[in-house]
Amino acid sequence: MENKYEKMWQDIGLDVPLHKELLESINKSFNATVGAQQNRPLGMKYFDQVLHESHGGRVAELIENKARGNKTVGTFCIYVPDEIVMAVDFIPMPLCGGTNFSVPYAEKTFPRDICPLVKSTLGLAFSKTCPYAPIKSMAVGETTCDAKKKTWEILAKKVNFHVMEVPQKKNDLDKKIWREEVEEFKNKIEALAERKVTPEKLRQNIKIMNDKRRALQKLGELRKHDPPPISGLDALVVMQGALNDEPVRFTQNLNKLNQELEERITQGISPFAKGVKRIMISGTPSVMGNWKVHSLIEKSGATIVVDESCTGTRYYENLVTENDNNIDKQLDALAERYMKINCSCFTPNDDRITDAVNKVEQFKVNGVVHYILQYCHTYNVETLKLDAEFKKKNIPSLKIVTDYSEEDIGQLRTRIDAFLERLE
Amino acid sequence: MIHAGIDIGSRTIKLAVLEQGKIIAHQIIDTGIDPLANSKKILSQYKFDKIVATGYGRYLAQKQFGFPIVTEIKAYAKGAHFLFPGCRTVIDIGGQDSKIIRVSSHGKVEDFEMNDRCAAGTGRFLEVMATTLGFTIDQFGEQACDAKKPATINSMCTVFAESEVISLLSHGENVHDIALGLHQSIINRIVGMIGRVGLEGEVIFAGGVAKNRCMRELLAKKLHKKLLIPEEPQIVGAIGAALSV
Repeated sequence: MENKYEKMWQDIGLDVPLHKELLESINKSFNATVGAQQNRPLGMKYFDQVLHESHGGRVAELIENKARGNKTVGTFCIYVPDEIVMAVDFIPMPLCGGTNFSVPYAEKTFPRDICPLVKSTLGLAFSKTCPYAPIKSMAVGETTCDAKKKTWEILAKKVNFHVMEVPQKKNDLDKKIWREEVEEFKNKIEALAERKVTPEKLRQNIKIMNDKRRALQKLGELRKHDPPPISGLDALVVMQGALNDEPVRFTQNLNKLNQELEERITQGISPFAKGVKRIMISGTPSVMGNWKVHSLIEKSGATIVVDESCTGTRYYENLVTENDNNIDKQLDALAERYMKINCSCFTPNDDRITDAVNKVEQFKVNGVVHYILQYCHTYNVETLKLDAEFKKKNIPSLKIVTDYSEEDIGQLRTRIDAFLERLE
Repeated sequence: MIHAGIDIGSRTIKLAVLEQGKIIAHQIIDTGIDPLANSKKILSQYKFDKIVATGYGRYLAQKQFGFPIVTEIKAYAKGAHFLFPGCRTVIDIGGQDSKIIRVSSHGKVEDFEMNDRCAAGTGRFLEVMATTLGFTIDQFGEQACDAKKPATINSMCTVFAESEVISLLSHGENVHDIALGLHQSIINRIVGMIGRVGLEGEVIFAGGVAKNRCMRELLAKKLHKKLLIPEEPQIVGAIGAALSV
């Protein structure tokens, strides 16, 4: 890219030559995975573009928005209620990194043995290649993971930082704490914006986010078809776009894609043949830049029909009750919806087990791949409870613990191929 | 019909030729730095009607020769079942991978475990350690069997274990004891993997590492099980590939 955004990157203080290397590395990995697929829906063009503009056009939008007094708030977890940020015309922007390129920059100061997602995110910021780091006015962390919790303390020295406490149990007391956290977050945002979150604005934005969730749920439904009209890798690209794009525009384009997918189903068009082996991915997220395991599975001839992850159903299931005009009720509704996310940081987390077993049946899954980012102990250990239930239903599973590097591709291919042979 | 199987591994290439359910020929050569040329070399020496490729180089064989492929996990299950019909568990320790495979009574893979990245606990680990101690790989197991008491090796990483060995040597530790300790450390890792798959029925120990007497004895002792060792433990995958035609 002889890039029209070069000046913008310079102005916000990025290391432009290094940033160019980063984009090249991401493009290379994109072309070898997403770009190498056959028979993609035409509507995917938009979502490829969302990815390609994530360091360009989208950043420019945020900068323009900031000039109008509307700030950007960085987030690292789908537990942070976007609706509250949007209600003051601010933009919530997930900052999680999915590229191996930046990992060494985090390892210069941070321990090597923490999760690749945290290292990738920090490395982007430390190496001055994350365009969102310099333009955000506040960052919001949470307490879903130990490595993150301690990272926030260090980042808070340099950045306006707020931490939401996500409780570790789901009893009444915990729900009360979480409700208070949501309110405190609202107060924080109001203080930063120097304006109130009005019930009217909150109502509008609850609707916007619900519409986005509905569109993603619809996409999820369409993937139940045999063969699915879209690859699991493309569905992941859509999902990754959901975490970056302007929500109203995103939803419009996803609704268009969904229409195309319905037509493809009627016309019998799919990247796969009927009877293709159907895989559920379960576990940790795959954020933008990370297409590794999805691509490996689909290159081996199976397809992913559902992602039971934070870049999947956990992001878009459950809507927030709409049409309340009372701020307290709205905050109740938000707290209630977000508390339903079955993160493995909760103990016990039995709703996740029930949910995952249901999904295996609803999506006619032939096998489950536990996708665990290395050092994510809670998701890793929770596979034992999941497997105990899958075993009862005769659902085979394969656990993949990996990071963003390519050093284990050979072994992974053998393990994935052998797992798929087992499903024959 | 003559069916062949080629197993292009990280360290050796194995070929097995079967006619009417009988092994009529087999050969093992080093993979070296040019697996393609060496595969061609071994293939040119035999006549067969059909062939299936397996092992690390299976994609290479698929691309270059158009051979159908199976994973070495399926191939080892089939091969072990062919050699020992009562086999329900296969322990395969090869050049850069170790695998535990649970096999059905029909020779199908029911479950498996495999090391997920580095060559810790594999044949390559033994090779590097043998060299560090000044043994050839063929002597290594025998030398370890002569030990009085095993030295404790904590590291499974080939690089770290090598420095651990050097440190033990500098403390005057006996080389045979160190050799035994190294064998013991692989066994501990393998036993952990077996725990996740379970041990059932007849147990086959295959792969190049099964040629090592010390490994065979330690493993049998640790598992309290008699291990069945194929006459030629390295060609089980190639046989299984030939049976996958």
